[in-house]
Amino acid sequence: MAPDSPVIVSAAALVRSRRRAAFADFVRRFRRDRLAVTGLVVLVGFGLMALLAPWVVDQDGLSAVASLDNPTWAGPGGEFLMGTDHLGRSVAAQFVQGSRVSLFVGLMSTVLTIAIGSVVGIVAGFFGRWTDSVLMRLTDWFLVIPFLPLAIVLASVLGRGIWNIIFVIAITSWPSTARLVRSQVLTVKERLYVDRARALGATQVHVIRRHVLPNVAPLILASATLAVPISILTETTLAFLGLGDPTQASWGKTLEEAFQAGAISRGAWWYYLPAGLGIVAVVLAFTLFGRALEEILDPRLRDR
Amino acid sequence: MRPRFVVGKVLGALSTLAFVVVVNFFLFRVVNDDPVESMFRGRNLSIEQKDRLRQQFNLDGTRFEQFAAYVRELLSGNLGVSLQSRRPVTTEIGEAIWPTIALVGTATTLSMIIGISIGIRAGWRRRSRFDVGSTTFSMFTYSVPDFWLAMLVLGLFSVQLGVFPTGGLQDAGTTATGISLLLDQLHHMALPCLVLAIAYLGEYAIVMRSSMLDTVREDYLQLARAKGLRDVDVRRRHAVPNAVLPVVSLSALNFGFVLSGAIAVESIFSWPGLGQATLQAIRGPDFPMLQGLFLLFSAAVIVANLAVDLLYGVLDPRVGGR
Repeated sequence: MAPDSPVIVSAAALVRSRRRAAFADFVRRFRRDRLAVTGLVVLVGFGLMALLAPWVVDQDGLSAVASLDNPTWAGPGGEFLMGTDHLGRSVAAQFVQGSRVSLFVGLMSTVLTIAIGSVVGIVAGFFGRWTDSVLMRLTDWFLVIPFLPLAIVLASVLGRGIWNIIFVIAITSWPSTARLVRSQVLTVKERLYVDRARALGATQVHVIRRHVLPNVAPLILASATLAVPISILTETTLAFLGLGDPTQASWGKTLEEAFQAGAISRGAWWYYLPAGLGIVAVVLAFTLFGRALEEILDPRLRDR
Repeated sequence: MRPRFVVGKVLGALSTLAFVVVVNFFLFRVVNDDPVESMFRGRNLSIEQKDRLRQQFNLDGTRFEQFAAYVRELLSGNLGVSLQSRRPVTTEIGEAIWPTIALVGTATTLSMIIGISIGIRAGWRRRSRFDVGSTTFSMFTYSVPDFWLAMLVLGLFSVQLGVFPTGGLQDAGTTATGISLLLDQLHHMALPCLVLAIAYLGEYAIVMRSSMLDTVREDYLQLARAKGLRDVDVRRRHAVPNAVLPVVSLSALNFGFVLSGAIAVESIFSWPGLGQATLQAIRGPDFPMLQGLFLLFSAAVIVANLAVDLLYGVLDPRVGGR
């Protein structure tokens, strides 16, 4: 601490000032990474687009019935900014509306993935012994089973709905988070302050809540940010294979419809280009952002 | 290698395989309690006919008797009958497996060779122009959905430019044999293979690069330099052989992803492999076929992982023991 800082009296104030300093340090490091800042800006842009979609998009433009009078396969530029599809629907409207499902599924399934992975990782790492062996065996099983085939099987069996997709993605992608969290818990568990808390009579729950969780949280956050792009890509692939929610426009569904309608052989690039570019932009932005977070929060990676 | 290490790995793989078989059976039964009922929905079958069918599909008896019957059939190589073609699933898979092996094998080899070479160069000269450029490129390919890349490539090279066929294993009604047939098939395989290779080389490059960065700091590299070895020799003889190990284990995990990637990419190029078979099975839905494919994909990945684990034990004595 700098010598001219005010004398701190209470423990709470000390904690607050340390947290503030740590956060300022984080922001300083983050701002140095120009790619990560770009990623964040892109994400905020797409997030706003997804939130405002119900007001920006003319919902009639999404239904095939309301688009009967529109020209089909119209190129971009004319009356429709990004052209129309095989049913005369506006590609631009579908693009804006489609961002909602991609982002929603990406975020929700990540929340679920992280929740399952963290609970398994913390329980396995903290309680050790046979709990650890059983949970890690289970994790290994899920880790080896190929991800997309399992997702395909689950999605075909469960049916097509947005929550089913979220569940499928979470149930297939939690193992790597569980392993990461477990290894971090194992190192935290051996620290002196945990021994000290135990000696003072702290319960297991207290130790997990006050000592283990805060130490594992940054890592969980970084791994969550890196899980989002994978979730988004999986959602897109499932939708492309015809396993997405049939009632909602999504980027993956647009690509599926474009492919099924023969957009490639017609040379209707405006139909399948925007949705793909949207996916690439969001996934790349999340990846850049997540890597920066990971580099800052995980000291082992700082010198890379 | 220590025998204990080998036995442990083999047992681990077997337990995973057993888990997959259990999942594979119960997953389809949970939803589909009576496959005969849903398979012949809308058709007037007498009770006796249904009973006969149930017996045929091993659906009489309790859940556990059914499971035992499923395992018995599995061990004798019977995966059931496809609902769509009414042919045994093993026959369907047997026909579709070779195009996929050719495609996925070539694509994996290409993406490993290119990805590893990029990673070596990028990691050796950190923050160089090549490093920054190739890392950006790798992140980009990692973010591109493989099937979208396939659509772009198909639209550009096959439809607009017309330099590659639009799909299939070979020209329709071709009478070519021998070398010219092979060339024709390679011509058809070029685009899907290119797409899969590009989609997966980024990850190899990134992992190889960070492994190189770890290796560069090791003492034995300092020693090699101090001996007066040329830079090229330090890299080739001392850095690369050690740095390549993590990439070896990545390749097995990735094998599952490449197989998965092949599902969408194959259907775009109408490549008659397991991917296209999967898509058709989803459309059905053809549950026996999906079950068989899932089992095959999982077994392939499990075997690949076991092979790599054992190979790792040979390559790195610290892991496998002498």
